[in-house]
Formats: sequence, C-alpha cells, structure tokens
Amino acid sequence: MHDLAPLCALGGAEPHTDQVAGVTLTENPGHGLASVAARLGQETACADHLGTLLGSDAPGVGAWVRSDPMSAFWMGPDQWMVSAPFATHEDLAAQLIQRFGTSASITEQTDAWVWFDMQGDGVEQVMQLCANIDIEKMPVGAAARSVIHYMGVYVLRSAPDALSILGGRSSAGSLHHALLTAMKSAL
Amino acid sequence: MIINHPLLGPRDSSEFVYLGDACLINRPDWQADDALDQFIEYGHTRDNPAGLHRELWYHEQGDRSWLVVTRNTVTHEITQVELARDVARAEGRSK
Repeated sequence: MHDLAPLCALGGAEPHTDQVAGVTLTENPGHGLASVAARLGQETACADHLGTLLGSDAPGVGAWVRSDPMSAFWMGPDQWMVSAPFATHEDLAAQLIQRFGTSASITEQTDAWVWFDMQGDGVEQVMQLCANIDIEKMPVGAAARSVIHYMGVYVLRSAPDALSILGGRSSAGSLHHALLTAMKSAL
Repeated sequence: MIINHPLLGPRDSSEFVYLGDACLINRPDWQADDALDQFIEYGHTRDNPAGLHRELWYHEQGDRSWLVVTRNTVTHEITQVELARDVARAEGRSK
C-alpha cells in the first residue's frame, strides 16, 4: 500500500496564506467539487434534483446558491458546479450520480481546481486589475466565468468584502502569482 | 464592438473568438449518395456577403457558449444574437 501525503494545490502540506494591506488570500482545499450537466430532454428533471439538494431553485444565469452542505453555481446553460465540504463529501460525484440518475452527466472536479478565498477591504480594486468583469455590479451570490492572466477562472462573490476564485489546479502557482501581484499593486 | 450575449448581456467582442459562417451548423449527412460533393461544399465553399452575415462566435472568456451572431459586414452592426444550440435545435440538428 502506498503511503502518500496529500498536498494542497500550491504544494504545501497546509493551505498557503498571503496578506497584503487589509486583504488576505487563502488557498482553500476544503471543497469537494463535481459538475452537473443536464442531459438532452432532462433539463427540468435535472434542475429539480439540484433544487431539492439546495433547498431552493437551481442557480440561474450568473448565480451561486449556497446552502449546507451543498452549494452550486451556474456554469452555462443547464450546467452547474456543485461543491460540498471535502471532509464529508470526498465522494461527491458518486453521491450526485445516485441522486441525479440518468438526468445529468456528473463529472468529478475536485482535483481539477484550486480554490482561493480573498477577503478584506479592497477586494474589488484587486479584481478590477485582474479580470474583465464588472465586479462592482456583482452582488453577493453572483458567479462569473472570466480570464485572469490568460487562465480561465470562476469568480464568486461570497460577501461584500470577499471573493472566491477558482482556477485550474495545474496552473495554481501562476494564478496565485497573478492574484498576489494584483494585490500588491492595487492595495 | 459589443456583442449582446442572450444570457449574460452586453460583452466586449474581445471576450469572443470568431469561427466563421454559421452554415457550419448544417453538417451534411455522411450517408447521402452525394455526401462527397456535400462535404466539399460544406468544408470549402462560403458566401462572402457585403451585408448581413450569420456567423459563429465562441465566448471563450466567458461562459464558453457558442453564439450565432447576425452582423452586417459593412457596418459591423449586430442585429441578432442567439445561442447556437437554440438555432441548431430549432433546425432539428441536436438529437
């Protein structure tokens, strides 16, 4: 049996944290992720399953619905990303396949992404430097797909002074560099 | 140039990648008797109108959707933007 030590996306045993002025940037390995794509003709059934999981409607265009333990944000027409605490939902995709049956195609996403949390006074100014999105017009609970330094990302607004940024795990170091550089420049 | 995305609203055209004539949606039936001729037409022959043109744009820096944009090639005025999947389904392409 191999004895492998789990590492965070930036390579450390513990999540990496940076602070610039009043803003902290923290790597967050605590989310299990799975994508849900409705199959043709099953769009309503799929959205109903997702709504039941979340205890509300499935997220509409550009929306992020947070609940306990499952949350989901809109990725595209009839497509969502579902997240849940990794500690209790490491097998999130398998759980969702049971729930959605043949109404959706479920893909494990946990190890495809790095999740950064950015919090503090000035997160809007940082994001203005990073991505071509109207961050000032994004309310809490909004989700947007965009590009930072040529890397595809999702930007989620979790609070007036807090954002979450998801990027490809294989380019976690480059995304971290981009965010940290913007923090140092903007703050 | 601004493309009025049907779901996300007005977005700068720099967020998009241009593919070309929207006739690419109409892929020929490979089992047709004249499939070779149809595919030559499909693969190589394009109209080049000075005026309204239906074309495929990909929202690469956004939600990754394919759009059918109706654009005037003379003025760049965009008169209609549709999700390509809706266009394809309306034409019975997506099964």
